[in-house]
Amino acid sequence: MKTLFKQTALAAMIGLSTPALASVAYVSNEKDNTLSVIDTETQEVLETIDVGQRPRGILLSKDYTKLYICASDDDTVQVLDLATRKIVDTLPSGEDPEQFALHPNNKHLYIANEDDAIVTVVDVDTKDVLAQIDVGIEPEGMAVSPDGKWAVNTSETTSMLHWINTETFEIEKNIVVGQRPRHVEFSKDSKIAWASAEIGGTVHIIDVDNLEQIHEMSFKVPGVNQDRVQPVGIELTSDGKYAFVALGPSNHVAVVDAQTYEVLDYLLVGARVWQLDLDKDEKHLYTTNGVSGDVSVIDVEDMKVIKSIKVGRYPWGVVIDPTS
Amino acid sequence: MSFLSRTAATSLITLAAASPLQAENLDVRIGYLQWVPDQRPVLSNVIPEPEDAGLRGAELAINDNSTTGKFLGQTYSLQSEVADSEEGAIAAFDAMRENGFDLFVVNAPASTLKALTEKAGDNTLIFNAGAKDDALRTGQCHVNLLHTMPSYSMLTDALGQWLNQRRWDEVFLITGPTEADKGWADAFRRSAKRFGLEIVEDKPWTFDADLRRTASKELPLFTQASDYDAVVVADVRGDFGEYVPFNTWLPRPVVGTQGMSPVTWHRVVESWGAAQLQNRFRELADRDMNSEDYAAWAAIRSIGTAVTDLNSASTVDIRNFLFSDKFQLAAFKGRKVTYRDWNGQLRQPIPLVHPRGLVATAPFEGFLHPNTEMDTLGFDRPESKCRING
Repeated sequence: MKTLFKQTALAAMIGLSTPALASVAYVSNEKDNTLSVIDTETQEVLETIDVGQRPRGILLSKDYTKLYICASDDDTVQVLDLATRKIVDTLPSGEDPEQFALHPNNKHLYIANEDDAIVTVVDVDTKDVLAQIDVGIEPEGMAVSPDGKWAVNTSETTSMLHWINTETFEIEKNIVVGQRPRHVEFSKDSKIAWASAEIGGTVHIIDVDNLEQIHEMSFKVPGVNQDRVQPVGIELTSDGKYAFVALGPSNHVAVVDAQTYEVLDYLLVGARVWQLDLDKDEKHLYTTNGVSGDVSVIDVEDMKVIKSIKVGRYPWGVVIDPTS
Repeated sequence: MSFLSRTAATSLITLAAASPLQAENLDVRIGYLQWVPDQRPVLSNVIPEPEDAGLRGAELAINDNSTTGKFLGQTYSLQSEVADSEEGAIAAFDAMRENGFDLFVVNAPASTLKALTEKAGDNTLIFNAGAKDDALRTGQCHVNLLHTMPSYSMLTDALGQWLNQRRWDEVFLITGPTEADKGWADAFRRSAKRFGLEIVEDKPWTFDADLRRTASKELPLFTQASDYDAVVVADVRGDFGEYVPFNTWLPRPVVGTQGMSPVTWHRVVESWGAAQLQNRFRELADRDMNSEDYAAWAAIRSIGTAVTDLNSASTVDIRNFLFSDKFQLAAFKGRKVTYRDWNGQLRQPIPLVHPRGLVATAPFEGFLHPNTEMDTLGFDRPESKCRING
C-alpha cells in the first residue's frame, strides 16, 4: 500500500519534470555552475542541471529546441537539448564569453568575448568562426535586431554601442553612452533600441533608422542612494506598452511607459537584480537577483511582485521557453 | 575541445577593423613619475612588494584609453620615469614639461609631490597616485593637484565603520616607529573618535628583536591587557605586523595594516566586473594588481573619460570636466567614483581584505551623510580647509 503510493508519487514527479508538460524558465547560476529549471505554473524549481563553469548569458534557439549557455570560465558555449535537458554539444566561442545574441536566421551567433575586446561570430550549424570583430574594452551586451540587420555590442570600459552590419561583419557606427553599458534590447519592429548604462545610471533610447540617441532616461528610486541605481537588464512587452529595467543593487525594477519614457513605478525585488524575461503570454515577469540568490515573479497586470523562488548562487540570466 | 585563441583565429577569418569617426587625430601625452624611497630592511621580508607598483597600472590605463580612442581618432601615450631620488623625479618632471607635457601621474612621497606642484604652471594637472598623507587633503591642497590614492583617514574610517558595525569597539593599538606609521595611527585615532571606538591601549612598537624566532614569546606579553575586542596594527611598511596575528595575549582578531586591512585595491576584489580588470592586469604585468597600480590606473582613466567626452586634451577643460556633474568613472568598485570639489580627492569605496578574501566594502549602510555616503570616509568638506574650486 505504502510502496504503491510512493511509486505513484514518483511517477507523478517524473511526469512533472518531463519538459513537454510544463512551461519552464531557465536560470543560469553564475557561482554554482548550474541551471535552475522553474515550472512557471507552480513557480517552483523542477530541476537543477550541472553545466560548465561560470554560466552567464543564456538564450533559446529560434525553433526552441536548444538552449545556448555561455560557460565563461570554460571559454565555450554549451548547447543544451531541451527535450532531454542534457548538454549535447559545445561551440567555439573565443575567450570568456559573457553575453551573446542569435541572428533571426537561427545560424549566426554573436558572442561578446569580455577579456579579449572582440565579438566572435559563429555559425552554430557548421561551428565555423565567421568573423572576429575588434570592439572596445570589456564587450558585454549583445543584441541582434529582429529584422536581422544590426548586431549591437556594448563595451563596458569604452562606454560605447558598436553597431555591426550583419552582412559585412563591420562596425558602421559607434555611439558613446553612459559609463558601463550593459544591455541592449530592440523593439519588436526593430525601430528603437534601448541600452542600459550601469554606472551612468541611465537608459539610452536609440532611433535605429538614423542611429542617433533620441532620449536619455534616468531613475530615482525613493529612499535609495542614487549611485546604487544601476540599470542592467531590459525587457519590453510586445504590445509596445511597457519597458522593464532591472536596477541592480537598488533592488528595484523600473516600470517604464515605452512610448513616453516615463517611469510609472518601481517594484521592490530581490538583492542586485540583474536580468529579466517575460513568460509566453506576458502575464508574468521573472527577474534574477544575484546577491539574494532568488528569482522574483512580477504580475504584469497588477504590477506587483507575487513570489520569490530560491535558485542557485548568483543567478545571472533567465529565459522562458514560450512553446513549453 | 579546441578553444579558439585570438591569434589562431586571425589567420582563419577576416578581421573587421573599425574606422575612426574623426579624421583628425588627437594625441594625449601623459607623464608618469615614480620615486619610492627605500623602505629600509623589514623583519617580514618573505613577500617583497613589486618595484613597478603603480607604473604597470598606468600602462594598463593607457591601453584601456587607447582602445576607446581608436574609435574616436584619439591616441594616448605614456612617458614614464622611475627615479631613484627626489632630485631625479624633479629633473624628469622639468624635462617632460619642457617637452610640452602637462598631464602627470605621480607616485612619490608628499614632500616630492609638494616640490612638483610648486614648480608646476597653471596649465599643469597632477594626479597623486602615491601619497596618503591627510595633510595634503586638509590644508596643503593645490588647485592643480588631484588624488586618486585614498588618504590614511579614508582607509581608517573604513576600518572604524566596520569595527563599529561589528560592535568590536574596544581596541588595542600598536604603532610602528616610522612617519607613515604615525600618519596611519593618527588617522585611526580620529576614526576611533568618529565611530565610538575606545582605544584601551595605545602602545608604540619599540622591540628590535628578530621576531621570526621569538614572535610567539614576545607578542603575547606585549599585547597583555585586561580585555579588548581587536588588535589594530599601524605598520605601513610591513616590518613587524605580519607577526601579530595568532600571537596576541587574548584570542582576538588583528586588523589594520596587517591581518584584515582597508586597501585601495587587492587581488581578491572581483565583483562589479573587477574580475575582468584583474585579468587584464595580470596578462599585462604577470602579477596581481595592487593599490598603487589601481591609483595610477584610475588617474589615467579619469583623463581618458574626460577626453572621450571633450575631444580635447586641454588641462583646463579636463579639470573642469572632472569636477562637473558630467564626470563619472566606472572604477570596478560597485559605484561611480567622483572627485571631491574641495580638495580633489577621488571618493571611492574601500575594500576590507585579508590575504585570500574580501571581508566587506565600506562605506556601510547606516552611516549617513547628507550628500553621499562615500563622504563618510575621510575628511569631509567642513573638516578640511581646502577650497580648490573656490
